[in-house]
Amino acid sequence: MQINRLASGGRVNHAKPLNFSFNGKRYQGLEGDTLASALLANGVNVVGRSFKYGRPRGIVGHGAEEPNAIVQLGSGAQTIPNLRATQVELYEGLEARSVSGWPSVDYDLMSVMGVFKRMLPPGFYYKTFMRPQKLWMTYEHFIRKAAGLGSAPVEADVDSYDRLNQHCDVLVVGAGPAGLVAAREAARSGARVIIADEQSEFGGSLLGASSHVDQQPAADWLAQIVQELNEFANVQRLPRSTVFGYYDHNFLAIVERRTDHLGISAESGTRQRLHRVRARQVVLATGAIERPLVFAHNDVPGVMLASSVATYVNRYAVLPGNKLLLFTSNDDAYQTAINWHKAGREVVAVVDSRMAPGGDLNQIMADLNIQLYCGHGVIEVVGKKRVKAAVIAPLSVDGSSIIGQTLRLDCDLVACSGGWSPVIHLSSHTGTRPQWSDQVVGFVPGESVQQERSAGAARGTYGLTRCLEEGAAAGAKAALAAGFGDGVVEFTAPGADEASQEPQQPLFLVPHSKPTSRAPSQFVDFQLDVTAAGIELAAREGYESVEHVKRYTALGFGTDQGKLGNINGLAILSKALGQTIAETGTTIFRPSYTPTTFGAIAGRDVQSLFDPERYTSMHRWHEQQGAHWEDVGQWKRPWYFPKPGESMHEAVNRECLAVRNSVGMLDASTLGKIDIQGSDAAEFLNRVYTNGYLKLAAGKCRYGLMLKEDGMVFDDGVTACLAENHYLMFTTTGGAAGVLSWLELWHQTEWPELNVFFTSATDHWATATITGPNARKVLEKVCDDIDLSADAFKFMDWRDGTVADVAARVFRISFTGELTFEVNVPAHHGRHVWEKLYEAGQEFDITPYGTETMHVLRAEKGFIIVGQDTDGSMTPQDLNMGWVVGKNKDFSFIGHRGLNREDCQREDRKQLVGLKTLDPKTVLPEGAQIVVDPSQPLPMAMQGHVTSSYYSAHLGHSIALAVVKGGHKRIGETIHCPLADGRSVPAEIVSSVFYDPQGDRQNV
Amino acid sequence: MLQIYCPYCKQTREEEEFSYAGEAHIKRPSDPQAASDKEWGDYLFFRKNPRGIHHEMWQHSAGCRRYFNVIRNTVTYEVLESYPMGTSPSEQPAHAATISTAGELQ
Repeated sequence: MQINRLASGGRVNHAKPLNFSFNGKRYQGLEGDTLASALLANGVNVVGRSFKYGRPRGIVGHGAEEPNAIVQLGSGAQTIPNLRATQVELYEGLEARSVSGWPSVDYDLMSVMGVFKRMLPPGFYYKTFMRPQKLWMTYEHFIRKAAGLGSAPVEADVDSYDRLNQHCDVLVVGAGPAGLVAAREAARSGARVIIADEQSEFGGSLLGASSHVDQQPAADWLAQIVQELNEFANVQRLPRSTVFGYYDHNFLAIVERRTDHLGISAESGTRQRLHRVRARQVVLATGAIERPLVFAHNDVPGVMLASSVATYVNRYAVLPGNKLLLFTSNDDAYQTAINWHKAGREVVAVVDSRMAPGGDLNQIMADLNIQLYCGHGVIEVVGKKRVKAAVIAPLSVDGSSIIGQTLRLDCDLVACSGGWSPVIHLSSHTGTRPQWSDQVVGFVPGESVQQERSAGAARGTYGLTRCLEEGAAAGAKAALAAGFGDGVVEFTAPGADEASQEPQQPLFLVPHSKPTSRAPSQFVDFQLDVTAAGIELAAREGYESVEHVKRYTALGFGTDQGKLGNINGLAILSKALGQTIAETGTTIFRPSYTPTTFGAIAGRDVQSLFDPERYTSMHRWHEQQGAHWEDVGQWKRPWYFPKPGESMHEAVNRECLAVRNSVGMLDASTLGKIDIQGSDAAEFLNRVYTNGYLKLAAGKCRYGLMLKEDGMVFDDGVTACLAENHYLMFTTTGGAAGVLSWLELWHQTEWPELNVFFTSATDHWATATITGPNARKVLEKVCDDIDLSADAFKFMDWRDGTVADVAARVFRISFTGELTFEVNVPAHHGRHVWEKLYEAGQEFDITPYGTETMHVLRAEKGFIIVGQDTDGSMTPQDLNMGWVVGKNKDFSFIGHRGLNREDCQREDRKQLVGLKTLDPKTVLPEGAQIVVDPSQPLPMAMQGHVTSSYYSAHLGHSIALAVVKGGHKRIGETIHCPLADGRSVPAEIVSSVFYDPQGDRQNV
Repeated sequence: MLQIYCPYCKQTREEEEFSYAGEAHIKRPSDPQAASDKEWGDYLFFRKNPRGIHHEMWQHSAGCRRYFNVIRNTVTYEVLESYPMGTSPSEQPAHAATISTAGELQ
């Protein structure tokens, strides 16, 4: 039974009822309703509980400003928290619940807090829960629970979202009267126009108004202009689309809700779309939000904004009460009383704070015999879960004090209006400072710093005719600035039934018979329970900056960003500080205008599309062999190849032994490869590597370290001389992109005179590494045009030839310490050659291995992995690799001077060493800290940490690489690694080379 | 999200195509080995971090791969000029006037 629903009228479909539930109870609304209008139609008073005191709260507004009716929609993976019921379109089967209130909104245990609210002043949490500091986490848990914000979904989102990057000439934000005519004017000039509005249909304030435009009902005029816009091919219309952020260089983000209004269903297509718009010009026609009046118990359900009451009546055919009392400081709100009267319910009285209001609407009210109290204010409302009565009193001329007897008037609905606040949020995003206007009694947008202009109520222009004129002019000017039209408005504002109005009275706090500090709560910010007394207290406690007061009292900190409370709060603060509002200034609004879902922001960049995945040409073969994968940068690399029933440890041991005893093969295609050419290529290499390249002959390879200017290692790899003035540089897999940019940086900025060119060749080649004592025998079977003998093809040589009938470059370089051939073939032949090599290796039981075995084998040899054994603070000397640093190079290579800094010469720098645990089976965790004495008190004196650690099947004991202060001179010393589980593992410092220190095995 | 003009491609493109590459016009000492620790330290570590006009390098990393110089206002994020490596901005003193008092630290 929709007790508050009119039988006809409004923009709802009376023939189409919709079922929904709220807090577990079933209700019926109509198509065209919002959740809020449907709840009001059903007479639901309490929709939430307040943040701090747990007070019952009802619906106040009808749009983005709503502070109380904050709901959680749906459940499971698709639940959305913190939506404003006033912006949720009703659909069949909608399920919503309040985000606050426990165990329920009708009976909230937290309301006990309200009884003690004198003990909960602003800053209460800061003052009370600061000590002891370590208990804060415990306090915070309960505070958050009590605070009752919505809950985020815990399951993965099943809906899809997408993203559209767009350009336009003129973006119009807001499709109220000013926005609509602005869009039409811009469209006429031929400019590409986007017009976006957060509501389900265009029209803005006209949707809830009873006024006339051009001698026709506003609804008819609206239908006509929307139809006109439809006919422009150069206009994109975006209803249900919130422009939530205005960023640099006229970049705006719009979230379009495509299916939310149809109900939450995974089958319903793209749920939301993010439009990323680069606009040449922007028109902000975002309208204004009505300001509530601040009086005692102004938060009791049944106290609403006057314009919201009118909107519920006119747009939704809902009368949210029976006996209306209107409290206003301006003429505009009279319309609400007139609408209410015409809808057939009682207007108890209109209370106007001004002494002698006049104007046309005043006359209409008089004609309707509506009781008017001039120079009065509602000083207190009576009732707990619903307004029962209002107490009014005569006010002084300036509205600051009570000058006579109070009077109690029975009513169940108090509509209030303290004037309007322009929606300046988006203009604030651009960085401009809002300006206070005494005439508007509100902040208006500051001087534009981007290509934008505001029009209509958004800049404090009220009255339909003036808004239309201003909107049209803004549209034409924006188009002209974007290079379209002549800026001349082809439009005369139609005559709207504009009533003459008297100026409004600035009234930010209605006095009470008791002083503010003793009066019943006069709420300024409903969502976070900030009262007038709280703000005055903050001022008394010495807070002067508005930003500090905001943080101290939480004014404007809610999900509504203080859309209702900010101006009243600033005014109360200013008065307490004895200064003007302009002097106090305002806090700055930041994106998002209303909360935006993560889904819309992430779009399709989720799961496997979050980052590209790169595969080598042998990828499918590895997959068929059951490889487990390791992510290395964007690459998928085989981690290890388990046989059925094998654990990772067993598989890695088997793979390691196969390489040491016979032969293994590794897909090394992912190594970065940069082709370097030019007559100065050798000179360039000589400058970026620590060692010399001028004498590197064709057919030869050299290992090098690359340093940053501070002398720290940042990449390593082998470079081969392919021919005169032609080199191929190998980089680490993860470092490839960074190294290329580094080379380009030095060439382009410091040494542009060098004739050298760089080309990334990583993806051009597939690489099969054949390594182990039998490597030569395997390769011989598929390669007959290269002399593979040890004398003809030496370690650190490379040869051109044919492998498995494919032209190949074969490199004799080794990352395992064994005899190794790295066979490089054009990438599209990679799998063919790989399979032929595998086939050829069968008689030697050739074993494919992955990155884990590669790591163990290289660690046995003490070969570093840049980024694992180094961390940007290791010099070549720290790594015991001084041999790579050229002592007699003419040019001061990158990092040379850095190495000479005093700090790089210290003897107690962390140096790379090996560690052998005293218990050969214990494998230290990587990252374990190293101390001398594990029984010393905390915090212990750290000596270094473990960088790499494995079990070596070949050596029969665990091995670790570590960096230890002055480690090179501490070989033989026993150190300790205290672990998180309480154990402390003793280990001996040894050489970082555990296996074949002379390097004999790779030279055979 | 900035829009940046690439002086090589001669096009204004989205920030996503570019990579920031630090302060511009820092000269490497011509003989590093002869530089004092102080000179080398200044070259290596000290950067201006101004509030207002900043000369910086960007690379058109998803485009032509060229590095170039940009003058950007660090307060307003306005990009005032892009110019190739090895050249000077067209009218350097004029930019000083665009340092605005807007956008105080918030």
